[in-house]
Amino acid sequence: MYDSGKVMAGLVIFGCLVTSPIWYNALTGKSGYIPKPKIVTDKKQCIEPKEYIRTRHKDLLKDWRESVVRKGIRTYTGSDKKRYTMSLTRTCMNCHSNKLDEFCLQCHNYMGVTNNCWDCHAYPKGT
Amino acid sequence: MEIDRRGLLKAAGLSLLGLVGGSVWYVISRAKLPEPSPTPKTLVGKKWGMVIDLKKCWGTDGCTDCIDVCHRVHNVPRFGNPKDEIKWIWTVPYEKAFPEHQLEFIEEDVRARPVPVLCNQCDNPPCIKYCPTKATWRREDGVVMMDYHRCIGCRYCMAGCPYGSRSFNWKNPRPFIKKINFDFPTRTKGVVEKCNFCQERLIQGLLPACVEACKERALIFGDLNDPDSDVRRILRSRHTIQRHSELGTKPKVFYVL
Repeated sequence: MYDSGKVMAGLVIFGCLVTSPIWYNALTGKSGYIPKPKIVTDKKQCIEPKEYIRTRHKDLLKDWRESVVRKGIRTYTGSDKKRYTMSLTRTCMNCHSNKLDEFCLQCHNYMGVTNNCWDCHAYPKGT
Repeated sequence: MEIDRRGLLKAAGLSLLGLVGGSVWYVISRAKLPEPSPTPKTLVGKKWGMVIDLKKCWGTDGCTDCIDVCHRVHNVPRFGNPKDEIKWIWTVPYEKAFPEHQLEFIEEDVRARPVPVLCNQCDNPPCIKYCPTKATWRREDGVVMMDYHRCIGCRYCMAGCPYGSRSFNWKNPRPFIKKINFDFPTRTKGVVEKCNFCQERLIQGLLPACVEACKERALIFGDLNDPDSDVRRILRSRHTIQRHSELGTKPKVFYVL
């Protein structure tokens, strides 16, 4: 191979540049933490099991949205046969009311997820 | 190693299955969400309609109860200038509401009397035909609904509506709402909005807010498909007019004089 020294050096520099965000976050400790969403409520149980909510809360909220807006149906029957009103501000925020930054945004920021729910949906501040 | 065509195809098929099989199984094996169900309280109508009794409405001068309550429960902002104005229910002078009914010798003060106007919830709504994202559609019960999640703010529906019943949010409306009703979402910059016949109240078994707020009982709401409903009773016994019925939009808001 011609100029193998230069090529290898170039490859090493390229590799460093490409992976630099990872190094940067690792060294500054920006991603070295585990997000800890805080839940302030006396309720023991979310409307569905924790694992289900963790992985699929987005699907659930999307289904609620379709159901309420497009079908006009607002009652959700959970897998434990309990009934809930499909409302982000009234049902979800009843328990997870401790400011967005302590709950939703903990993971969303960590994962770089942005959504615009709160541009329209409002809930009483500081409750 | 010798490999024949048959062997190659088998190996390729198996490799493909191995690659995508897992993810396909993940998708099809996921549990279905339980189906939602309506509540027993929900008001059920086949075709909602409204009658506005103008004689009764004109009973109190300068009354804006219906407008105030509607704009309060639906978080309608007040920008304070007509260019940005958002309207769900508002008043226009009689001669503007019914330009085709202009009679030369009509009582002078009738021309200027305020007529409450709102989305006519047309049975043949032009707005929904224009919407490129299906953000507005006609429900089974005749209510012309808006899905603000889907609205892209192209304003074709506003061009299509002959009644000017749709308003566009040129600015973020939040700072212009005096007191936010947390049971109803606000809108955001760049979406169109209009009267929704209070479908969020019908679900809870309540009449539309404007109907409930009217002291003179000038607004009457009911099922147009039910021959015994209040609206049908009035439509039978009195002469009613509609706004621009000649356009074929089949408005479901009727006016009696």
